[in-house]
Amino acid sequence: MDNKILHSVTAIFHTPDDIINAAKAVVKEGYKKFDVHTPYPVHGMDQAMKLKRSPLGYFAFVLGVLGATLGLLLMYWTMTIDYPLNIGGKPTFPLPAFIPVTFEITVLLASVATVVAMIVIFFKFPNNSHPLHDTEYMKRVSSDKYGVTIEAADPNFDLEKVKAFLAKLGGTNVEPIYFDNDEINAKRTLLEPKFLTGLAVISVLVIAITYFTLNKLMFLEPFNWMMNQQKITAMEVTTFFDDGFSMRPPIEGTVARGFKPYPYKDSVDLASRFLVNPMEFSTENLENGKRKYNTFCSPCHDYHGNGVARLNGQFPNPPSLHTDKVREWTDGHLYHIITVGQNTMPSYDKQLTQDEKWQVILYVRALQRALNAQEGDLQ
Amino acid sequence: MATDITHEVSVIEGKPTLKEIDATIIKPMDEMPNIKFFIAIGFTTTLLLIGVFSLGMAFYRGVGLWGVNNPVGWGFAIINFVFWVGIGHAGTLISAILFLFRQKWRTGIARFAEGMTIFAVMTAGLFPLIHVGRPWLDGYLMPHPNQHNLWVNFTSPLLWDVFAVSTYFTVSFVFWYMGLVPDFATMRDRLKNSTVVSKVKKTIYSVLSLGWRFSNRHWSHYEMMYLVLAGFATPLVLSVHTIVSFDFAVSIVPGWHTTIFPPYFVAGAVFSGFAMVQNALIIIRKVFNMEHIVTLDTLEKMNKVIIVTGMMVGYAYGMEFFIAWYSGHEVESFAFLNRAFGPYTWAYWIMVSCNVIFPQFFWIKKLRRNIPFMFVIAILVNVGMWFERFVITVTSLSRDYLPSSWAYYVPTIWDIGLLIGSFGFFFTLLLLFTRTMPVISIAEVKSVVAGSQPTRHKLGHHEEDEHNG
Repeated sequence: MDNKILHSVTAIFHTPDDIINAAKAVVKEGYKKFDVHTPYPVHGMDQAMKLKRSPLGYFAFVLGVLGATLGLLLMYWTMTIDYPLNIGGKPTFPLPAFIPVTFEITVLLASVATVVAMIVIFFKFPNNSHPLHDTEYMKRVSSDKYGVTIEAADPNFDLEKVKAFLAKLGGTNVEPIYFDNDEINAKRTLLEPKFLTGLAVISVLVIAITYFTLNKLMFLEPFNWMMNQQKITAMEVTTFFDDGFSMRPPIEGTVARGFKPYPYKDSVDLASRFLVNPMEFSTENLENGKRKYNTFCSPCHDYHGNGVARLNGQFPNPPSLHTDKVREWTDGHLYHIITVGQNTMPSYDKQLTQDEKWQVILYVRALQRALNAQEGDLQ
Repeated sequence: MATDITHEVSVIEGKPTLKEIDATIIKPMDEMPNIKFFIAIGFTTTLLLIGVFSLGMAFYRGVGLWGVNNPVGWGFAIINFVFWVGIGHAGTLISAILFLFRQKWRTGIARFAEGMTIFAVMTAGLFPLIHVGRPWLDGYLMPHPNQHNLWVNFTSPLLWDVFAVSTYFTVSFVFWYMGLVPDFATMRDRLKNSTVVSKVKKTIYSVLSLGWRFSNRHWSHYEMMYLVLAGFATPLVLSVHTIVSFDFAVSIVPGWHTTIFPPYFVAGAVFSGFAMVQNALIIIRKVFNMEHIVTLDTLEKMNKVIIVTGMMVGYAYGMEFFIAWYSGHEVESFAFLNRAFGPYTWAYWIMVSCNVIFPQFFWIKKLRRNIPFMFVIAILVNVGMWFERFVITVTSLSRDYLPSSWAYYVPTIWDIGLLIGSFGFFFTLLLLFTRTMPVISIAEVKSVVAGSQPTRHKLGHHEEDEHNG
């Protein structure tokens, strides 16, 4: 008893009226460090104890404003600054569309932070080692009784006087409450082996979980059959077909879409006799012919068909396209040359489509006409 | 005859002592559950397993198992989501809005309804996570810096849903837990350190009660916090279903693009939520002998809320038709005629009869106070409200602008398995809740029981306020 430190003196009251009266009397007597314990909030007790109105409402207001600001800033930064998205031509800072999320973040932050502030700042909870815990007094006030405690830390505290005062008010079970010596004397230092071991175990666990999450879990493929399907790609070797090719040759006589077979490969005479340029003499066709001519023909034939190559002699110069011989060749003849080649000129069958060949021929005709204009052309 | 309105009518029948209240409410946590409980939880976990299996198949084979296809791309997933979020709304209404209106009769049912809110929102929250088909990508629902420089689209109603539902869950959970703290402390102090079991229980309750000491200096802050939270939860609960209705209303599908949706959805949510609370409470009060705490008067008041919200929903049904006709818009008019008389006419009339016609029986006082009758009506209301979401979602999509793509939506067995599973999930959690935590707020019930407040307080409360305040 002697070496125990006194925390407070408690008294039990039996009706709500008694406890209100007791609280008023305690205040009147001038005690500051006292408390009333009731199993539920008793109306009028705050006034009886002369408690100030709880400032939690202001906390909630400030945190709500903070939440609204942070929410709006987050949306402004992501949608307007960091990665503006054009959604149907709407503005990148659509305030009305931001209102729902702003509201939700306001409510979330304000309510959660108010509760946390109350628990941590106002109550200093969690705290399960208060001297009142586990006392007979606490067991009664948590169920059906009402109690008053006057703490030893109060400047007016005097053990005998307080006991007499509480008994006079009608309090029963007037008892002193002591600090638990074990609690007070227990030394908790940072270097306690138990604490260090615990810390080490937690660190290892956190590292392991983080490693597993970031390096294994994130790359887990729960089902990979969409990723790895049973198929063979074009150039793969396969045992499925006898020839080992995965790509199948087309059936004999297959013609590609938009492709017309060229039957005059061996005979320039037939080509020049039967082939007619199907292209109209229009700006569009000429433009396209010019583009293709400049790309594929001009390196050797020159932009104007003069036969002055830009290849610095690395390839023999072709003859000019403006000779009478070439000018008198039919379109079919030119087509045949472009398709199968002539002398050192290779085939341009793969570079140009059929229509493009005809367009190039139109352009060549235009070039020839330009250097050999007739009087009628001026009209 | 003038009624004395200065005295509050007690909401608790009889005059139980505070110790009796403790004993009644904590009893389910003190005893081994009986065989009935095991039968009940066996049943609900069976439902849950059906859901787990359907879910596993949906993840394994892909969401192609479900009945959704063009043009009905939204099926059971969103229907169930909206249904369960709606169920949750009653809890917040009871715990927050009725608290602000000082409706004392809420004390007996508030805790349980809040618990239901949390479980219903958890159930609802599953569906958005499931419907993506690849649940490992769900993390992208929340904005976070990532290597792909990918942010969420804050202008999409579906993202507003993510924020609304997660905020709603968090705030409801905090509200619920803060209400539980004093009750955990009461349970902690009832236990004697005699056996291992009670020691373990005591440790758990001590941790959960955070060291609550019933100090009035704490109660003072606590009540302010409760008021602030109720003040936040009230607009929150209205915003949640408003935002859920935006999923539909912000789109331009005929039958969805209407401004009546937010209030109509909120009313419907409260309607179905009250029906679900009604159903569960009728069983709970019977099983745990809490008839004097959850009184018949309380159930009658809930029936009144059901009839009011039911008529609000009925008004919305009518108003939709009026506006469709009044707008003179051909497609809009068609959408509603199609709803009532098209291929889904059966679903529409189930909805109307369950939601608008059957609750009208509650005008008769005898039926309003008849427990088996109100139980049946509450079930029908929930059926009706599920069909309301079905009708809204499916009818509009199945016949949209392009007649050549019209199709009839039929759910598959996997859809139905998930629906069954959601009920299993919800009721399993609810059953576990009744066994592990006080389903009725001990502290709140004590504060409204006869003789629990100072007599002087009743007489001169306002004068005293002026003197001291």
